[in-house]
Order: sequence, then C-alpha cells, then structure tokens
Amino acid sequence: MANVITDEMIEYVGILAKLQLSDEEKEQAKKDMGSMLDYVDKLSELDTAGVEPMSHVFPVNNVFREDVITNSDKSGDMLANAPKEKNGSFVVPKTVE
Amino acid sequence: MSREYEMVIGLEVHVELATKTKIFCGCSTEFGGAPNTHTCPVCTGMPGSLPVLNKQVVEYAAAVGIATNCTINQHCKFDRKNYFYPDNPQDYQISQLYQPICVNGGVEIETEDGGKKTIGIHEIHMEEDAGKLIHDDMGDCSLVDFNRSGVPLIEIVSEPDMRNEKEVIAYLEKLRHIIQYLGASDCKLNEGSMRADVNLSVREKGSTEYGTRTEMKNLNSFKAIARAIENERNRQIDIIESGGKVVQETRRWDDTKEYSYSMRSKEDAQDYRYFPEPDLVPVVISDDWLEQIKENQPELRDEKMIRYKEEYDLPDYDIDIITSHKKLADIFEESVAMGGNPKKISNWLMVETMYLLKEKNMDIDDVSFSPKNLVKLIRLTDEKVINGTVAKKVFAEIFDRDVDPEVYIEENGLKMVSDTGELRSVVERIIAANPKSVEDINAGKLKAMGFLMGQTMREMKGKADPASVDALLKELLGL
Repeated sequence: MANVITDEMIEYVGILAKLQLSDEEKEQAKKDMGSMLDYVDKLSELDTAGVEPMSHVFPVNNVFREDVITNSDKSGDMLANAPKEKNGSFVVPKTVE
Repeated sequence: MSREYEMVIGLEVHVELATKTKIFCGCSTEFGGAPNTHTCPVCTGMPGSLPVLNKQVVEYAAAVGIATNCTINQHCKFDRKNYFYPDNPQDYQISQLYQPICVNGGVEIETEDGGKKTIGIHEIHMEEDAGKLIHDDMGDCSLVDFNRSGVPLIEIVSEPDMRNEKEVIAYLEKLRHIIQYLGASDCKLNEGSMRADVNLSVREKGSTEYGTRTEMKNLNSFKAIARAIENERNRQIDIIESGGKVVQETRRWDDTKEYSYSMRSKEDAQDYRYFPEPDLVPVVISDDWLEQIKENQPELRDEKMIRYKEEYDLPDYDIDIITSHKKLADIFEESVAMGGNPKKISNWLMVETMYLLKEKNMDIDDVSFSPKNLVKLIRLTDEKVINGTVAKKVFAEIFDRDVDPEVYIEENGLKMVSDTGELRSVVERIIAANPKSVEDINAGKLKAMGFLMGQTMREMKGKADPASVDALLKELLGL
C-alpha cells in the first residue's frame, strides 16, 4: 500500500467526523482509507495536460428555481423526524456559544 | 517612550437577501413566523433532498457586485463547507470558496479629513444561512428553529484596508446604502439582516507587516462595532506592551458588558474540508444576462445626490438626509412628480417625518403615507386653507393613518377662519377680558402681546391666521 495513514491522521479524522473508534476499528479504518487513496491515485497515472478542470460530472449548468413560494407550513411533518420536540422546535443537547 | 500603533481592519459582512423564498427551496423567508413553519426536507437537511438554486439570488449577488465595482465571475459554482453545529442540519453549509460570483471590487468612502479612500472588496460569495438556536433553561437543552436555515446570504469580504472605526462605519454605511438602493436587502443590523465580523490587528505605525489578527463576532449596531474596535485595539496593545503575543482566535463581543471573550482558537481544528457541491450544477452568467442585470440597476445614492443638486437645487444638508434612505428618496421623488415644491416636500420629510419616526420609535421602512396626501397638504397650506400649526397636526394624521387632508380638515372643521368679522369680535372680547395685559402693553411690555395672541388662537381652536390676529391686535390696541 502506497498510502500510509498514520495514527495521528486517523485520530484527527475521527475528531473531525465526531467518531469514537476502538483500537481495532482504527486499524481497520487505516487500512481501508489507505487502499481508497491508492485507488484514487490511479488517476495520477493519466496525462491530463490540456484537460480543463471539471467542475461537475454532468455537462449541465444553470438549473434554477424562480423566486416563488411553493411550500406551505409542514412543520408537523418536519418535526415528526425529530428525536425529541418541544414548543414546535427540534430539541438538541444544550449548546451555548 | 511609548510607541504609536495603528489598526489594520478588514470586514466580513453577511447580508440577508430580500428574496421571497430561500436559496435552495421554495420555503418563505418571512421573518418572525412560528418556529419551523417555514421549513421543508431541503432546509432541514433530510437525506435524499436536493437543492435547486433560486435565480433571484444570483441576480441580487451580481447586482451588488456590479455596484461595488467587482468583476463578475461569469462561471461560478458552489462548495460544501463541513462543520458540525446543531443550527446546521446538513452538517455542511453550501457556500462558494473556489469560484465566488464577484471578485476584486471596492467602494469609495469619505475619510475624517474630508478626503476619499477606496476600501477594496476581495470577493462576494453566495451562501445559505443557518437555523436559530434558543437556549432552554427549563429543559437544560437547546431548541432549534430552522425557519432561517437556507435564507440566502451574500458574504462581502473586504481587503484589510481600514485603519480606524470611523472608516469601518463609513464603509458599512456605504454598503448599506448601495444594497438598500438595489433593493437586495433591508440591511438591518439590529435584526441581523446585515451582520459584520471585524478582523483586526495592530502594528507599530509605519510598519508594513501585519500583526496577528482576531475576528470579532456578535456586533449588532454601529455603536457596538465602534466600542468593540476600541476595546480590541486596547486589548491587543496591552498584550504586546507587556511582552505577550496576540493569539489568532474568534472572539464574541458582549455589548452590555463592553467586553469580548474567546469563542474558539484556530488551534482546535477549524478544518472545513471544502469540496465542490455535487448537488448543484455550475452557474454560467452569459454576456446577455450580465448586460440585462446592468441595465436593471436603479439609480444609486451617489448619482441621486448629484441629480438632486442639479435638478432641484436642494441644500446639501437636505440631500444628505433625503437620500440617506431609499424609502425617503422614493417618497420625495413621487411627491415632486405630482407637482409638489421640492424644498417644501424636503422640509416635511426632514423635519416632521423624522420627528414622528423618532417620537414613535419607528423605522423609515415603516412609513406608509402616500405622497399624494403630502402634496395635497402642502397645497392646502400654500392656499392658506389651513395655517402652519394645523398643518402639523394634519400631517401627524397623514403619517399615522394616511388620511386625505382635504377630507380630514373638512370633517374636523380645521379650516382657517378667514371671516374677519368673526375674528375681530373674538379679538375684541379677548382684549376686554384682559385689562392687565392691555395695561402692560401700554406700559411698553410687549411680551403681553404674545399672551393675547395665544388666548385668541385658543379661542379660535388654532384655526386663525396668525398674521391676521397680529394685525387686528395691533389695530385695536392702537399700536
């Protein structure tokens, strides 16, 4: 495997993703991520000189909506997805800046 | 030997655009709805939902870019900014990093010494707002309202070109005027439709290197901005003078305590892992489209100021006030178009309108009277149907309920009494009832004239022509 994921790197990725991994899971993730990066590295073998950078996979642009209200009050449906609801709002753990 | 310092300030200004719907879904952007009543799967980040860009957002953003002398990126696209916070339901914000819609602009401000200075604009990008978190003490939890989630924003990033708080405020006012005139936002700092984050560092005067900067958030008024800048300047100088180092961090301003505290330092991984937004296709602004947006640009404040001077010959002071808010300028222009005298209209707007707004603690945007009634009032005063005192009273009614002054004057019997016979008998009665005042006047104490005048006006319920009363008093007292 050409790409080696270090312990520090897997630790950092875990923090960013808010994941707590066991030592065993960390080892597995290091291996998986390394082989994913190796796979993507295949692209570097291609000669891309003179190829425009791609900004989207589809050759489509300018997909717009007009500025017209189409949605009505569906707060009941939206809140049905909340693990917990109070006063018409989604309840989340206490968060203070 | 104390050293001299100067500040280097750059701003990140977020402006909520005045669209009817959110940036990526057809939910209303209306302010103040009950929690989560303006939400859908897109703006609450439900899996599988897909964003579709609101065309008006592109047009507003481009219009602001044009008005601030930016280059419009005719090929632009969106990127994902990844972070976890409960007000952000997708766990990413759709923003623009690599190809923002506007770049390399700038606006001119007036400096304290009356000179001009250009504040550079690095870029303007389009993005979505987050939801609102309310802390619930009772439940020891927080509540999320996603009504604001997905409301369109533009972020205007300035160059670090400002050197003091006056320049910062002049720059913000300039932006506010431009954006209000474009109709792209109402730009209210106190309601959050315009928000400014201040990036500030200090350095020794004459130095060309930048010091370490901090970013200040939660600034809800021009006064708060000025206080926070002063406070942060002193804080950084104190650190440097005592041999310490300023830490690059985000700080939150508490305006009631006039103090800021650290929110998070850059050390604990603000790694946003931006990548191109795969759910949105690129935006291509054709030459034709760009031309059309340019053609639709309304007359901006600077142009209006010049025209008012040339066309209406108003004093600079009047022009400054009337053009300070688009709403006032609109009322002014509509009134002039109906044949009103520009200076008289200006007076009613500058003096009485401003007074009533202050008195009633209202915003200029709340003004709802029709120019037609103002023009009528001016005509009625010119024709001496009512006197100046009554006109003020009638104007207050126009201001409050947009009454037709002609009807109101008729219904309330406010017409000036032109019947000199009636007026004469009232004045005679007042003179007879106040021998002491007459004595004073005869003894040369002319102040008593004012008293008799007041008594007469009271008797006439304010409907007499003051000049006629004065003439009659003088005549009857033999002065």
